[in-house]
Formats: sequence, C-alpha cells, structure tokens
Amino acid sequence: MNTELIGVIFMYLAMVILAIPLGKYMAKVFKGEKTWLDFMAPLERLIFKLSGIDPNREMNWKQHLKAILTISTIWLFYAFFSLLFQGHLPLNPDHNPNQTPDLAFNTALSFLTNTNMQDYSGESGVTYFTQVFVLMFFQFVSAATGIAAMMVVVKAMKNKVTDKLGNFWDFFLKSVTRILLPLSFVVAIILAFNGTTTSYKGKDTVIGLQGDTVHVSRGPAAGMIAIKQIGTNGGGWFGANSAHPIENPNYLTNMIENISIVLIPIALVFALGYYLNKKKLAWIIFGVMTIGFLATAIPSIQAEINGNPAIAHLGISQPGGSMEGKEVRFGPAASAYWGVTTTVTSNGSVNAMHDSMMPISGLGQMFNMMINAFYGGVGVGYLNFYVFIIIAVFISGLMVGRTPEFLGRKIEAREMKIASLIALLHPFLILVGTALSSWVLVNFPNANWSVKPSAWLNNPTYHGFSEMLYQFSSASANNGSGYAGLTANNIFWNFSTGLVIFLARFLPIIGPVAIAGILANKKFVPESAGTLKTDTVTFGMMVFAVIIIIAALAFFPALALGPIAEQVSIK
Amino acid sequence: MKTYLLPSLKITVILLVLLSGVYPLVIAGIGKFTPGQGDGVTVTYKGKVVGYANIGQKFTQDKYFWSRPSAANFQADAGAGSNKGPSNADYLKDVKARIDTFVKHNPGVSRAEIPAELVTASGSGLDPDLSPAGAKIQIARIAKVRGLSLALVNNIVESNTEAPFLGMFGPAKVNVLKINVALDELKK
Repeated sequence: MNTELIGVIFMYLAMVILAIPLGKYMAKVFKGEKTWLDFMAPLERLIFKLSGIDPNREMNWKQHLKAILTISTIWLFYAFFSLLFQGHLPLNPDHNPNQTPDLAFNTALSFLTNTNMQDYSGESGVTYFTQVFVLMFFQFVSAATGIAAMMVVVKAMKNKVTDKLGNFWDFFLKSVTRILLPLSFVVAIILAFNGTTTSYKGKDTVIGLQGDTVHVSRGPAAGMIAIKQIGTNGGGWFGANSAHPIENPNYLTNMIENISIVLIPIALVFALGYYLNKKKLAWIIFGVMTIGFLATAIPSIQAEINGNPAIAHLGISQPGGSMEGKEVRFGPAASAYWGVTTTVTSNGSVNAMHDSMMPISGLGQMFNMMINAFYGGVGVGYLNFYVFIIIAVFISGLMVGRTPEFLGRKIEAREMKIASLIALLHPFLILVGTALSSWVLVNFPNANWSVKPSAWLNNPTYHGFSEMLYQFSSASANNGSGYAGLTANNIFWNFSTGLVIFLARFLPIIGPVAIAGILANKKFVPESAGTLKTDTVTFGMMVFAVIIIIAALAFFPALALGPIAEQVSIK
Repeated sequence: MKTYLLPSLKITVILLVLLSGVYPLVIAGIGKFTPGQGDGVTVTYKGKVVGYANIGQKFTQDKYFWSRPSAANFQADAGAGSNKGPSNADYLKDVKARIDTFVKHNPGVSRAEIPAELVTASGSGLDPDLSPAGAKIQIARIAKVRGLSLALVNNIVESNTEAPFLGMFGPAKVNVLKINVALDELKK
C-alpha cells in the first residue's frame, strides 16, 4: 500500500485513539472531578470574581439562552465596528484598509457563529489587530459557546426531574481554559517549529533567484491556525487557508491539523457517554456518524487519486492524481480526506481548493454539509444529531405503536414541532438561498452592482450552479468552506449568506436546548419491557435512515442539477 | 437582560487579554527558538536572501527547474488557486496550452510522461514543491542549457528529494527553490 493511503488511515486511527481519552477527560471537567489541569482553577476563580459571576448558580434552559444571546450580541457589535475601522486601529503593519459595511457584516456574523466563511483574503482584507483580537478571539469563544450549549442538553438527559441545568459561564469558561486553550497551545507550538510564522512582523520583500520581486505576507499565524482547527472554525490566517505553505508547511503539520479538525467533535460524543454513563449510546451515535463519514470519504479519495478524466484525454499522466488546486506535499489522498473531514464537521478549512475537485468529491462535501450532523461542529454537531434522534424516536414509536420515549422522557407534540422546524430550517435556508441566487443570476445578469451577477461564477454550467449551492450549504451548515471561485465579496452574497449563517446558528442552538429543557422537566418514566431502547444497533439504523430520508428527499433534486450532472457528463 | 449584560462585558474584556493578548505573545516568544525565529524560514544564495523555503517562486527560464503553474502568479501576499472546475472547457484549453509549452521547451519528452502537477495550478498558488517525477522530467533540458552532465543534475534532484514523513506517510517531494539554488551554486 502506498504512503499516501497509509497517511490517511493513520490519521483516522490516531484521531479515534485520541478522541476516546479526551472524551473521558472532558466528561470529568464538566462533572467537576479532578483532572491534571486543575492548576487552572485559581485563574478561573479570578476571572469569575472579576466578572462578578457566581459559577455555582444553576440556570434553567431559558436563562442559558439569555446568557448566550446577550454575550453574542455584545461580540457582534464589537466585531462589526472593529472591522469597519480596522485601518485606523493599531497592529496594521501592511496598511490594510477598512472593511466595507456589507463585508464587515458578513465577517462578524461568520466568525461569531463558528462559521468562518471568508469573503476577504487574510493577507489584504484584515489587520493583525482584527485577526488576533477579533477573529481568533471568536474562534475560541464561539467554540466554547457551542460546547456550553451541548452541555446544557447533555445535562438535561440525566435521569432526574429538574430545571437546574448547570451554569452557562462555568461550562463556557472551562471549555476555554481546560479544553480549547491547552490543545491549541500544543498544536501552535508544533506548527511554529515546522515553519509557521509567529512574529508580528509585516510583509517582507525579497528578490528571487530569477530577479522577480516578491512580497511575502507573514504574521502571528500559528496561534490562530491551531484554534481554527481545534474549535472547528476553519478561518485561516491566509486566503489560501491550509493550502498555504506557511499555514500548513508539511505532511506532519497536515496530519496534526487534520486530526485537530475532527478531534473534539468526536471526543464530545464519547464525553456524552462518560458523562451520562451511557457508553453504548455514545458508541451507537459514533457508529452512525462513522458510516456517514466513510460513505463520502472513500469515493472522494478514490476519485482524486484516479485523476480527472478530462485531463487524461489530453494525453498526459496523472501519477499524483487530480492535481488542480492541490499541493504536492499533501497529494490527492490527504487532500480528499481533508475535504471530507472539514465538511462532516463544521470546520471549513481547506488544504486544497474544493472548487477544482472531482464532482464526486463535491457531491460528498455538499452532502455532508446538508446533513451537518456526522461528527458535526464543536458541540452544535451533536445538537443537530439530537434533533434527528428525537425525530427517529417519534417515528419508530409510531411504527411499533408505543409512546415515543427518549431516556425516560415522553416525546410529545411540542418537542416534535420544535424538532421538525429545526430539521426543516436547514434545507429551507440552503434551497431558498440557492434558488434566489439562481433567479437573480438568470433574470438580472447585468444588474448595476459593484459585481454584476453575470460575473459571480468562475465556472460555467453545472459546476457554476454547484458554486452557488455549495456557498449556501456552507453558510447554513456554519461550515465556512467555499467553492472559492464564486465572487462572494459583494452586497448580494455578503448579505444573503450573512443572514443564513445567523439563522442557522442560533435557531439550532435554541431549538435543542429548549427541547432538552422541556424534557428535563417531565416526569421520569423508568425503563420497562415496553420501552423503545435507544442504545441498540436497530435504533442506530433507524436514526441513519431518518437522516438519509430527510436529506435525500430535500436535497437530491438540487444535487442532481449540480455535482451529479457534472459527474455524469465529464469525459 | 441586565443580569447578563455586565458579566458578559467583563468576561469578554478579561478573555480578550488572555486569548488575544497573552496567548499569541507566548507563542511568539517560543517562536523565537524555532528555525527562522518565527519570521519564516529563508533560503540564501551568495549571502543574500533569495526567498522563503516554504514559498514557491516563479521559475520560467529554461536553466531553472520550473515550479508548478500559479493562479496567483506567485504573489506571496495574495496566494490563491485557480478554482477552475474539472469539466470547464476554457480551463482544459489552458492546460492544453501549458502542455504544448512544456513540450516545446523540453524536446524529446513524450506527452504521456508529463505529470499533471506541471500543468495544473496549485491550491495556494505558492506550492514550493514538485514530485520527484516532476523534477526529473526537466533534467534533460537543464543539463543541456547549462552544459552539465545528466548524472550531476540528477544527483542534485535526488539529494534534495525529501522522503515521505518518517518514510511512511504522504508523498515524496523536492523543493524547487533549493534545487535551483544548488544548480546556481555549481557555477562558482
């Protein structure tokens, strides 16, 4: 077997092997048990004291949501105005300009929501101040908010009747100090020793061997790249993201970064198992997610290794597979693997340009974002999965004629309404968005905007349609990757995707937290012979079927017009 | 709302100091002890910095190993890929033109031997590497233009070929800038 495939298999195994103990560790952190990072405790106590927060005050689900929404609003204004006036703020050695209002709107929402869709390029569109004090800051706190929201739901799954669901500030701060910061620190140091820049110096100018003058962008990138992966953010320091040779210098850093992408999402599933003492349920969830993951990873890796048939027709050889948009140091297997891991989670960083990948890869990537629950984002991926579980419980309950129950709580009309709305919101945002952009493109190709709609797309026909479908899928999945050929930095795209990003983040947090909060208040029904068991393979298959049916019915027509049509027609 | 407003503001300010102030400064401090001192690793020739090891450079002259095509024209402050889709007809024309150019500059090379990486643009537009095959196919041209033996040029490629990580993971590669510097160093 060749070294490229071994690299990919090793990455997967290493990720699972690391995720299990990490999950155990995270469960301990949130249970308040002893861990080796307890030396952080005085720092946490100091932060709570200075902030006037009592971390022991238990909150109900509404109070949790109020806290999340209040702090998010503050962050949004802070980011918007910083980006709007970044040109006048310090730490701008490259003299980059202010962002336009529509770009600042998109960027602020995008980073606030853990999406990190970047309609600018890091080299010219932001300053060191906004990179470090706004974007990187958001990469920590948006991930921590996701974990905190998940912990509310997990806590509500315990078998006692309660409206006390822990303290948001406690979950939030511990996510930062005990999980995100230590892991990012380790990854950043590894990157630094492999050539990623860490200093605050601006662009360097050198004259190359052939006499060409080159300006090389640099900056304190290592810290941001670490948390962009660890926190499933995905927003890179440079425009080319992890394809950029300073952002991802070699195969070792590629493995470290790629493992970091999936590490916490998977560890959180195991954390749930340890926290609730329902390890079997965790393994069932992990199993369902893994099947979904492999179903897209294997075809994509195969397609990229086999190369582009249209290029093969030109008579050259493709020993390195399809290489358009890829880097030699990673090769096609690791690039395809990354493409799948970054879309099953809501990460969205790239180490190769997805726009140039084979249609089969694009199909898998879009499908992953449309489902948005196989592994999923830090915390929120599980919340999406939770919605699917609720629906599966309800449907299977109806099928066998039993009252639908999940972990001892009856699922009734109110919870089902919320779950259905959340499950339908995602296809609604993606499909309506894509339809709207297609409609504008066809009917107003020469609208008098700064970028005419006719100039939006970088590719014709099916692939051009895929660029728009991908963009809205990415926005609604809070993923942030893109078919980067799309000219997205203009009012239409900045505003429409900004709005989608916002709705697709907060409603899927509010919904599951509300369901969990309502369920936790219900009478606990002890397990009996009549209970539908949820920690079984049968139920796992049921959840998988629900996911596939919802996604397939909703998205198949759109996918057929994009990647599927391109795949069938490429020669 | 008020219950949450003040704590939100305060914890935001404190975390800004910790996460955006202290954390990157500590990394920058440790970065001082890394190759390149955190400023990026440079390559020198005759005592002058001629580029960054990790940043691909434009090489179009026949006496140098060519880098992969770059959609960003090797501007290291605006790296980007072409984002052309695999079925795009205009794109395929560009690739065909690149193949023709390559064949013209490398007489004796058959089309079937040309690895696709030499005629397709990299993801970053700054790919510093070639596969060993991508470098070796240019050896004949370089030996002829520079009046060197094939064995000598081949030796430069082989001695600069980096094996897969730990010999097990990922592809082998050759840094284009380094082999071109090695070529120029022969001239002394």
